[in-house]
Amino acid sequence: MTRPPTFLRFDLRRVSALVVKESVQIVRDPSTFLIAFVLPLILLFIFGYGVSLDASRIRIGLVLEDDSAPALSLAQAYQNSDYFDVDMARSVAVVRDRMVAGDLRAMVVIPSDFGAAVQRGERPVIQIITDGSQPNTANFAAGYAEGVRANWAAAENLESGRAQAPPISLATRYWFNPELKSRYFLVPGSIAIVMTMIGTLLTSLVVAREWERGTMEALMATPVSMAEFIASKIVPYFVLGLGSMALCTVLGITVFGVPFRGSILALLAISSAFLLPALGLGLFISAATKNQFVASQIALLTGFLPAFLLSGFLFEISSMPWPIQMLTYIVPARYLIPPLQTVFVAGDIWSLFLPNIVIMLGFGVAFFALSFRATRRSLD
Amino acid sequence: MGRLRAITIKEIWALIRDPRSRITLFIPPLIQLLIFSYAATLEVDNIDVGLLDMSAGVHSSEFASRLAGSPNFRTIKRLQSPGELRAAIDRQEVIAAIVIEADFDRRVESGQPATIGVVLDGRRSNAAQIVASYLQDIATSVGADIGPLSRAPPGGSVVTNWFNPSLDFVWFNLPGLLVLIVSVTGLSVTAQSVSRERELGTFDQLMVSPLRTHEILIGKMIPPLIVGLINGIIYLLAARLIFGVPFTGSVALFFFALTVYMLALIGVGMLVSSISQTQQQAFLGSFLATVPVVMLSGFSSPVENMPGWLQIANLVNPAQYFLVISHGLFLKAMPVGAVLAQLWPIVIIGCVTLATSAWLFRARME
Repeated sequence: MTRPPTFLRFDLRRVSALVVKESVQIVRDPSTFLIAFVLPLILLFIFGYGVSLDASRIRIGLVLEDDSAPALSLAQAYQNSDYFDVDMARSVAVVRDRMVAGDLRAMVVIPSDFGAAVQRGERPVIQIITDGSQPNTANFAAGYAEGVRANWAAAENLESGRAQAPPISLATRYWFNPELKSRYFLVPGSIAIVMTMIGTLLTSLVVAREWERGTMEALMATPVSMAEFIASKIVPYFVLGLGSMALCTVLGITVFGVPFRGSILALLAISSAFLLPALGLGLFISAATKNQFVASQIALLTGFLPAFLLSGFLFEISSMPWPIQMLTYIVPARYLIPPLQTVFVAGDIWSLFLPNIVIMLGFGVAFFALSFRATRRSLD
Repeated sequence: MGRLRAITIKEIWALIRDPRSRITLFIPPLIQLLIFSYAATLEVDNIDVGLLDMSAGVHSSEFASRLAGSPNFRTIKRLQSPGELRAAIDRQEVIAAIVIEADFDRRVESGQPATIGVVLDGRRSNAAQIVASYLQDIATSVGADIGPLSRAPPGGSVVTNWFNPSLDFVWFNLPGLLVLIVSVTGLSVTAQSVSRERELGTFDQLMVSPLRTHEILIGKMIPPLIVGLINGIIYLLAARLIFGVPFTGSVALFFFALTVYMLALIGVGMLVSSISQTQQQAFLGSFLATVPVVMLSGFSSPVENMPGWLQIANLVNPAQYFLVISHGLFLKAMPVGAVLAQLWPIVIIGCVTLATSAWLFRARME
C-alpha cells in the first residue's frame, strides 16, 4: 500500500481540534461577528429601504409663461399628478439654477403662446427639459411629463386621433413578481454579497494575518498537513457563511415580505456550492499576498465589487460591452444570482440550478488547487 | 513644525515602502474605473426574447420582423408550445416571451382590436419593465401602419436633456464612481494605518516619542489625503482622455472640495480605528462604515426615492453631498455658491468626526 503524499494526509481528530481552535478565535473576535451578523442587517436594511429602483415622485419645476385658462389647467394637471412634486416658477433661469444645484430633476415650460395656440385650434407645444446628469431619472421624468400632457390633451379633446383604442395592444403578465417589487431581487442579491464577504474577505484576512504574524510557519512545523490545515480554515467559515445566509433569508421573508417558493434543500445546495469558490478565492488571495492590507484590497477588488456589479444582480449583463460580458463568466457570483433569485420567487427549477451549481463547484476546485500551490511554493 | 515634518515624511514612507501596497493603492482603483463605468448601466440591450406565433399571418410576421430589426433585441427564439415557453422563462433563456394567439391576423384584418400577450420574468422586474416598454413601442408602430386613420399625431412636447444631451450612462457613472472609489480607499487606508502600528506595537513607540497627540493624528491624516488626491488626478485625466466625459467646472474648486471630503472620510476612518484593536477589526469596521456611506450616496438610486426618515438619517452621510458636487462640477459647470451649499455639511461632519477621534485617542493614551 502506497502512502498518500504528506500534504494530503488527513486525520479527522487533528482536523476537529483545529476547527475548534479556529471557531474559538471566531467567537472571540468581535469583527467576525460584525461581518457575519451586523453586515447582513445593514445590507438588508439598505436594500430593503435605501435602494429602490421603483419609480417614485420626481421633483420638477414648472415654468408658467402664460396665464390663459388652458395653461393653468395643464399646470393643475401636473400638480395633481402622482409622479411629480411640482415647484412653480416664473422663469427658466431660476429653475436652471436649481437644476444645477441638484434640487430639481426636470422642468416643464408652458410657453407664452400656449393659450393662443389652443384658441386658434392649433396643437400647443410644451417644452420638457431634464437633468441629463441622472439619465435614468431623466428618462422617467420625460416619459411621465409627456404622459401627463397627453392625458390632459385627451381629456380636453385636443387630439381626436388619440381617443380611439389602438388597433394592437399589449397584454403584459409578470410571472413570479406581479407587483414588480425590486426588493424581490435585491434581498436575494444581498445574500450573495454577504456570502462573498464572509468567504473571500474574512477568510483572506484571517489567513493573511497568520502569515503576517508568522504563526503560519509555526503551524506548518507541526504534523498538520496542508489538507488538514485548509479543512480547518474552511469548515468554520463555511458554517458562518451558511449562518448569515439563514439570517438574511429569515429576515428577508419575515421583515421584507420576500416570498420563499423553493425548498430549503435547494437553497442549501446553492449556497454551499457558492461558498466553496468564495472560500477558495479567499485562501488563494491570502496565500499569494501574505499581507492583510494587500489581501483586503485584492479581496474587495476580486470578490466584493464583482459580486456587486458584474453578477447581474443590479445591472443587466447583456447590456454591458462584450469584453466586460466575457469577464463576467469568471465571476462565480454570476452563477449564484439566477438560482438564488429563482429559489426565492419562482420555486425549485433544478434544470436551472444544476448547471450553475456544477460551474460554481468547478470554480471551487480550481481556486483550492491554486491556493494549495501558492501555499506549498511559499514554504519551499 | 520640525516634528510635524518628520512624522509626515515617516507616514509617507510607511505608505509607499512596500511595492505591493504601493501598486494596490493606485492600480485597482483604475481597473475599477475602467470596468465599472461601462458595466454599471441601467439600460437594457441585447435582449433575448421568445416568440410563440400561433397566428403566422402577415401582421404577426410583420411584428416579428420589426422585433428582429430592433437594435435592442439580440435573438428571437421561436417557441412551439406553451410548455416550451414556460421552460424558456424558467431557465432564464429569455427574459420575455411573446404570445400571438391564432385569431390575431383575423382580428386585425377585420378591423377589430387585437392583443399581443407578453409573459415577462418578474425575477428581474426592473429589466422586464424596460423590455415591456420596448415591445409596446413595436406594437404601437405596427398598429399605426395598419390604418391611415389611426396614425398617432406627432407629440405635443419637445424634450431636451441638459448637461448630458444623449443621456450617456458613462457620463453619469464616472463622476459617481469617483466618489465611490475614493471613499472606499480613503476609509480603508485611514483605518489601516493606525491599527497596523497598534498591531505591530509601534504605536506605543510613537506615543512615548516627543510627538503630541495632534501631531500624530495629523501625520496619520497625510497618507489617505495623498492617496485620495492622486486618485482624483488620475480620474480627471481618465475622464477626459479615455472616456471623453467633459469636466465643465473649476478644477481648483474640485480639488478643494475633494480635500474637504477626504478629511471628513478620514475622520470616520479614524473613529473606526480608534475603537478597534487589530487590523482585521479596523478593516472590517471601516468596510462596514463604507457600505452605507456608498450605497446611500445617491449613486445606486436617487436619495429622493428613500423613505423620509431614511433621508433624514442620511443627512450625516458626507458622500451624498460630494456626489452632487462631483456631478455638478463634471457636467453642470456648478458655480462656487452651489458647491459651497453642498460643502458646509461635509465640513461639519469632518469637524465632529475628527474632534471625536482626537478625543478618543487622547482618552486612550491616559
